[in-house]
Amino acid sequence: MDPLLMAFGMVFDPYTLWVMLGASLFGLFVGAVPGLTATMATALLVPVTFFMPPITAIAAIVTATAMAIFSGDVPGCLLRMPGTPASAAYTDEAYAMTRKGQAELALGAGLVFSAIGGLFGTAVLIVSAPMLADFALRFSSFEYFWLVLLGLTCAIVITAERPLKGVVSLLLGLMIACVGLGNPAGFPRFTFGSTELMGGIGMIPMMIGMFAVSEILRYAVDAGGHIKVEMQPIGNVFRGMWELTKKYPVQILRGSALGTLVGALPGAGADIAAWMSYAISKKLSKEPEKFGTGHVEGIVESGSANNSALAGAWIPALVFGIPGDSITAIVIGVLYMKNMNPGPTLFTQNPQNIYAVYLLFIIANIIMVPLGFLCIKAAKRILLVPREILMPIILLFCIVGTFAINNTPFDVGVMLAAGVIAYFLEQNGFPIAPAILGVVLGGMLEENFITSMIKSDGQFIGFFTRPIAATLGALTLAAWFLPPVIRRLRSIAGA
Amino acid sequence: MKLNDAVFGALFVLLGVVVVVHVQRFPSIPGQQVGPALFPGLVSAGIAVCGLLLIVSGLRHRASQPWFVPEPWTRSTRHVIAFLAVIAATVAYIALVDTIGFLIVGTVLLFALFVLFGVRPTLAAIIAVIGTLCIWFAFYKLLRVPLPWGVLTRFAF
Repeated sequence: MDPLLMAFGMVFDPYTLWVMLGASLFGLFVGAVPGLTATMATALLVPVTFFMPPITAIAAIVTATAMAIFSGDVPGCLLRMPGTPASAAYTDEAYAMTRKGQAELALGAGLVFSAIGGLFGTAVLIVSAPMLADFALRFSSFEYFWLVLLGLTCAIVITAERPLKGVVSLLLGLMIACVGLGNPAGFPRFTFGSTELMGGIGMIPMMIGMFAVSEILRYAVDAGGHIKVEMQPIGNVFRGMWELTKKYPVQILRGSALGTLVGALPGAGADIAAWMSYAISKKLSKEPEKFGTGHVEGIVESGSANNSALAGAWIPALVFGIPGDSITAIVIGVLYMKNMNPGPTLFTQNPQNIYAVYLLFIIANIIMVPLGFLCIKAAKRILLVPREILMPIILLFCIVGTFAINNTPFDVGVMLAAGVIAYFLEQNGFPIAPAILGVVLGGMLEENFITSMIKSDGQFIGFFTRPIAATLGALTLAAWFLPPVIRRLRSIAGA
Repeated sequence: MKLNDAVFGALFVLLGVVVVVHVQRFPSIPGQQVGPALFPGLVSAGIAVCGLLLIVSGLRHRASQPWFVPEPWTRSTRHVIAFLAVIAATVAYIALVDTIGFLIVGTVLLFALFVLFGVRPTLAAIIAVIGTLCIWFAFYKLLRVPLPWGVLTRFAF
């Protein structure tokens, strides 16, 4: 049977469609509540998707995250509190528009251009992923080694304000990945005689801890007065959207393209895409003086950027197993659990699964428009949900959900420890994203490193003898050594 | 709780060195130069080096970065209790759930946290019961996760 037809069959299965609807509402809610992020939505979904068929599980994650990134705009616009970090870049702008009485325009732009950005990112995913996969089929352990190292380097260069702290965070992640039997020699490392540690430290419990429990801790120390919601009824948010599209086509395209690219780079996701896009929009705008006073241009551009980044992040995740952001880091864990191991062979052996992922992205970004509209209409109710009730329920859900993966209380302990450690590291300026990447990619990095070392008889020069490997290696080394050298040269020239 | 970089640096140097020493005892594979010790050895050496760099930077910025800066919330008893309660609740859950059972532990956990976060006790009690039952129904009945019954085993259904 034709794989595309099979993909349609899997996606338009009634069960999957119901799951998508449920995941949409869940994503819209989580995104709209300040303090709950899109990554947290993914982490909370994992225990539930654990019990679903693979495509349905992916459907739940794709729709929930797309919705959450959009609905993060809603409290940003109405309360000046971003619902997810991805909306933080233009929260002030959107709130300024609300005060000028243009809340409809700001929310409409957020919704419509989120959907357009998401579709753009999906188009790039559809075109580029199979080409990359075709290319990647020729990769050996040398290429994979450099590719993973380049991805890890990239995560530090883009995200960390202080690269040293990013490197520490990454190394800690790699160290955690070393625990257990899962290494090329099959030798139990750092298990301290514990049978639970033989299988390694569970990735999913760790991520639920890092992304959900740490947010609960942050709420616990920050809990203060109630949120006041004063808002006028919101009219037709779609009015004026066509005019905006005609007025800002370049901005929409630029935001979507930049967002997809930033999303595809490991370690940087929707939030960084939105910040960069907003800054570029302001820099290249014909009326930069209007930015910050309630001007829709930046919202159009960065609103499309953060949703396109979501799809962009799936490109390296599906083709190489290298996550583009923290959401796809969780997704990769889910794919392994579902025996849909990411890699180029995913495209050749089971193309119907890949087509299904494309379809899911398209559907999610289209149903975002009507469902997002309902979310805006219900905004007041959602924003009034008391977080002092929500947070303990989320904690219990995390505990039970983590337990459900392997039915062991040990994992709940892992979850708690990961949450507390992540909270303290973040408080002290250590970024969390590199640690996650380290955990996810540690096994792959080591395996390809050891295989390559054995193949080249322990000679490091062997890592540069194949042309693609040499190029990737040179790029990686350049990313390590060029920035400090340039800085040094600049300071010499300046002095 | 913010610590000076040098404190973290010292911790990481210690961690790195301990691991580097520990991996020396890993067996080598006959006929191969690379064994299970190589990769963790490199990583932990890296951690130790980064730790040293952190110590240097921490000492250099000693003037602007004190050894220890408590967060503002540590002065508010309510927030300290809330923070510790989240951790204690999870630990208590792990310790007690098998003997006492999910329904009771879950309800007490929710009730305690609700009250600490400022929900009125009667309302807290009602939502704690409903919330626990919902989660129990979803995971135990729908997803067939073996949540323990504990002391209620006789009434299990």
